[in-house]
Amino acid sequence: MTDKTIIRFDNVTQRYDRDTVLDNVSFEIERGKFYTLLGPSGCGKTTILRLIAGFIEPSEGHIYFKGKVINDVPADKRQVNTVFQDYALFPHLNVFENVAFGLRIKKLKNAVVTEKVKEALRFVNLNGYEDREISEMSGGQRQRVAIARAIVNEPEILLLDEPLSALDLKLRTEMQYELRELQRRLGITFIFVTHDQEEALAMSDEIFVLNKGEIQQSGTPTDIYDEPINRFVADFIGESNIVPGRMISDFLAEFAGKSFECVDQGFSPNEPVEIMIRPEDLEITTQEQGNLLIKVDSQLFRGVHYEISGYDEAGNEWLVHSTKKAVVGESIGLRFDPEAIHVMRFGETEEEFDRRLEAYSDHEDEAVGGGQGGGSTR
Amino acid sequence: MTKTRNLYLIPYAAWMLLFVATPIVLIVYNSFFDVEGNFTLDNFQKFLTPVYLRMTFNSFWYALLITVFSLLVAYPTAYWLTRTKHKQLWLLLIIVPSWINLLLKTYAFIGLFGTYGFVNAIFEWVGIGTQQILFTDFSFVFVSVYIFIPFMILPIYNALEELNPSLIYAARDLGASPWKTFRRVVFPLTLGGVKAGCQAVFIPALSLFMITRLIAGNRVVTLGTAIEQHFLVTQDWGMGSAIAVLLIIVMAVIMMLTGNRGARNSIR
Repeated sequence: MTDKTIIRFDNVTQRYDRDTVLDNVSFEIERGKFYTLLGPSGCGKTTILRLIAGFIEPSEGHIYFKGKVINDVPADKRQVNTVFQDYALFPHLNVFENVAFGLRIKKLKNAVVTEKVKEALRFVNLNGYEDREISEMSGGQRQRVAIARAIVNEPEILLLDEPLSALDLKLRTEMQYELRELQRRLGITFIFVTHDQEEALAMSDEIFVLNKGEIQQSGTPTDIYDEPINRFVADFIGESNIVPGRMISDFLAEFAGKSFECVDQGFSPNEPVEIMIRPEDLEITTQEQGNLLIKVDSQLFRGVHYEISGYDEAGNEWLVHSTKKAVVGESIGLRFDPEAIHVMRFGETEEEFDRRLEAYSDHEDEAVGGGQGGGSTR
Repeated sequence: MTKTRNLYLIPYAAWMLLFVATPIVLIVYNSFFDVEGNFTLDNFQKFLTPVYLRMTFNSFWYALLITVFSLLVAYPTAYWLTRTKHKQLWLLLIIVPSWINLLLKTYAFIGLFGTYGFVNAIFEWVGIGTQQILFTDFSFVFVSVYIFIPFMILPIYNALEELNPSLIYAARDLGASPWKTFRRVVFPLTLGGVKAGCQAVFIPALSLFMITRLIAGNRVVTLGTAIEQHFLVTQDWGMGSAIAVLLIIVMAVIMMLTGNRGARNSIR
């Protein structure tokens, strides 16, 4: 733990009746970064947010804020503010009074309240909307009011609970930029909860991928995208081809009935593994030049690229993203670099994964280890 | 289409005409005649004498007391109800007594509160001694509150159920203590339910008469009692009607004042 750490979870478990929602979770969150908790619904991401906000107390374990245990500190005594999924704006108050709510509770002078509210509204580009009723605001505007209401209190951490899920696609993309920009300007920690992997990849400094109450992997967006630790992460983040395989030896993997040169090591000889290749790393070539032959089964035009799906001789399905067109029913060759092959060990934890990478990559140690461990140890 | 709809409306229209419109017209008509059957405005003039003004004041005062105590009991109850596990069961238990005949419940209290009743037996046993409970202001207000409380709980319960729970989290998140959250968010947003409940209690409480007789032993004389006495005892239908007319007007005014506001609030 360093003094950059602002929130630390120490073996936190959360149970509702018999259901374990969070299972012995530990992690650290640093000041001034944009974090994303990513996972399918029911994975425990919102529970983590509620624990930080103070709406619930952990069943087991400790939560530290700046080194102090805050397990039983009530929500109103924490320097944390939340932007709720449904915004939770007060319908009986207008925009100004909604934003002023926290300041009025603190009994600030009227002049100060007015000034701060106006500044916060300017921050989210809503100046001039002070006297509007909440019912008169559009979804995007309500979103901004909710953000203004939270940041006007100058929290050290801003929690965002799927705040973009109710917006349409265009507005959502716009808000992604705005939120990222807002976080940079404010310089405070953002903890953003989402089930949308694109959102997570686009906005975050660090992503925590959660599933079934456990953190599967944490790291920068590129780390997680390029080096997913297991099938779940690979599948959840982006699209992927996952096929069963075998590590013949270091740097040599076997799948689809052939052996391929790769960059992974540290496996026992002939260990069964899963091989993951991203669809965009597969390049369409002639049958002679391809490392792999597939018979094209279907093709969809996605705008930016064609999404081609086909089967190899061993029966594995391959998804290819290519700007080149293919013909359904024809056989094509697929070419890929050794770097494109990502080997995943069965049942490997994040710690073991980090250790393996560090042990076998001498001079790359800093780069890889630093990225992977960012959320947990550094 | 419109024809069949009109057909369905017949029972309703007939009911409204026979049992709502006609009685009101008759009462208004009657209120302008004295005991001998002569047209007069005396009835309304008499109403402005201290005797009747005192009854009016009594009616309002007791109705207010009943409403306030009902609210004080009902709000926390409704709040607690929304937080319990078996909401529907508890709600049913609260509603069921309101299906039982009013008179039966009132008689039950005579048994409980009487000199040789259950409550006095307990008082005797703990050593306080027999108290006069029946025929006091306390027993009148107590029994009235007991009878009216479901009508106060239900609208408040509904308003609380409709309240978005994340608003409470939001208030806490913004630094409000539980009490401030209640005062600034929960209560203002359930005011519609409170108003509806107050209406449902205050207005009928204005014209209570049976409880005044059975429980308060006619020590409390309200307008309801006065109407009953005029129609059944003094046979001065004109005076009874005049009081009823004024009571109807007051009720309408109260409905207008509280009803409109409540409606606008809930839309917001």
